[in-house]
Amino acid sequence: MAYTVARPKLSFGEKLYLPAVLAGLRITIKHLFKVLTGKTKVTMQYPEERWDTHLPEHYRGAPTLVTDEHGRERCVACQLCEFICPPRAITIKPGEIPEGDRWRKVEKFPQEFEIDMIRCIYCGLCEEVCPEQAIFLRKDYAITGLTRAEMVHDKQRLYELGGVMTGLVFKWNEKK
Amino acid sequence: MSDILFGLLMALIKAVGLVFVIILPMVSYTVYAERRVSAMIQDRLGPNRVGPFGLFQPVADAVKLLLKEDFTPKSVNTFYYWLAPACAMAPSLMALAVVPFGSSWFGQPMVVANVDIGVLWVFAVSSLGVYGIVLAGWSSNSKYPFLGGIRSSSQMISYELSLGLSVIPIFLICGTLNLPEIVKYQIENGWLISPIWLKGISFTGINFSLLASSIFSVNALVKLLLWVPLFISFIVFMVSMFAETNRLPFDLPESETELVGGYHTEYSSMKFALFFLGEYAAMITGSAVIVTLFFGAWHIPFLPTDPEKLPLFWGILLGLLHIAAFFIKVAILLFFFIWVRWTLPRFRYDQLMRLGWYFFFEIALANILLVALILAFAPR
Repeated sequence: MAYTVARPKLSFGEKLYLPAVLAGLRITIKHLFKVLTGKTKVTMQYPEERWDTHLPEHYRGAPTLVTDEHGRERCVACQLCEFICPPRAITIKPGEIPEGDRWRKVEKFPQEFEIDMIRCIYCGLCEEVCPEQAIFLRKDYAITGLTRAEMVHDKQRLYELGGVMTGLVFKWNEKK
Repeated sequence: MSDILFGLLMALIKAVGLVFVIILPMVSYTVYAERRVSAMIQDRLGPNRVGPFGLFQPVADAVKLLLKEDFTPKSVNTFYYWLAPACAMAPSLMALAVVPFGSSWFGQPMVVANVDIGVLWVFAVSSLGVYGIVLAGWSSNSKYPFLGGIRSSSQMISYELSLGLSVIPIFLICGTLNLPEIVKYQIENGWLISPIWLKGISFTGINFSLLASSIFSVNALVKLLLWVPLFISFIVFMVSMFAETNRLPFDLPESETELVGGYHTEYSSMKFALFFLGEYAAMITGSAVIVTLFFGAWHIPFLPTDPEKLPLFWGILLGLLHIAAFFIKVAILLFFFIWVRWTLPRFRYDQLMRLGWYFFFEIALANILLVALILAFAPR
């Protein structure tokens, strides 16, 4: 069954098409002048202007390792982040804290801690799963490199990016 | 004999100067303008990285296009495939030969070829541009370019008709096909696009009796009466020019949303660039013809028109000013071309054909009759 769509009845002016063209031209030239006079907010000029200062607190940038207020590393090499990491970007080589050490009760520390930033998907699961609050997603978003090896962040680089974070950690407290 | 050689040499210098000093840079900066204007219309900024305000972008583009791999698909008809880009580019430049782009400079009239067939030459040569597109579409041996080529040939043939017919009123009024003569008519009687023309005003003073007679006289009334069909002519010519140069809203030969890239789908590198440049050169040629026919070409109102009658320095300056005026007028029209492109959606193919054959053809014909009647019965 054919269905006929009712066409709108056009007046002579509308049929001429030119008034509509002029109206359209008016709209586009308005946009042009607004950009020219700076009334339109245009895109950020990236390398010169950056998001850095406007980033929200919850922004998920590159994952990093942090030290506490005494400069001690927080990571205890429990490897939970390594196991939960969906793209398997994290590789940890744990080491044992020897008998007789003051911090023997901490048991393990990371000998090597690598995050492959080519693999990382910035999901933040490592931060969520960490029982020691040792890994945090900081605000660095422009992680670039010229080689694949450069894109693998080792322990030193991760601490460099991470910096100090104060907060509730039990492991390194002798009384707890 | 030496006169002929001198004339040839002058024509050569003018042609080379026009093409390489003015038109080709203008083409590349039209592309830049297109990108900037379209960006601003869409609330963006456009290319602003290369040089101040991105002004060196065309240079970067040219380098990029020259360095790209020039790939020839295996299935193409190589000879025509190579011929097509040249066929697309050359005619639009050739058509400029008869356009007077300035008054005179160092005693030389600023037109490459001052010939009596002027406008005929423009139409004849610019319609050759369709061969580039048809050859490209056909020799590519691929369905999208083929469809683009077919569309373009039928479109150009349909619009050529109204293009040619819409300017006949001008020849009826001016009585010549020679473009410099048409410009001379416009200097004496006012630009064809303007309904009234004020005479007697110059930078030395105002001649009131001449000014009054240019407003309140039978001649002024006839000019006002003739303005109506001339304005219709202008609209028809302008729209047909859009169709002829394959610009949106009539860019069906390349309509990238349905035909991939249209006739130049299979082209890459500098051959693609030649199509691209050809399109913009055709735009410039079209604008130059519109400026010559309707906007008084290089004429600046209220300034002296003959540099030869001035002292040497002022004559040279005025000659340059006239050339600048011509290309400023062309640039304004080019801006209009760009502005329209980023405003209107593309026509459907049947709408395009309908517009060409049912409306513009008839309007142009009726318009000729109207002008003929006015000229026959109006007092001279």
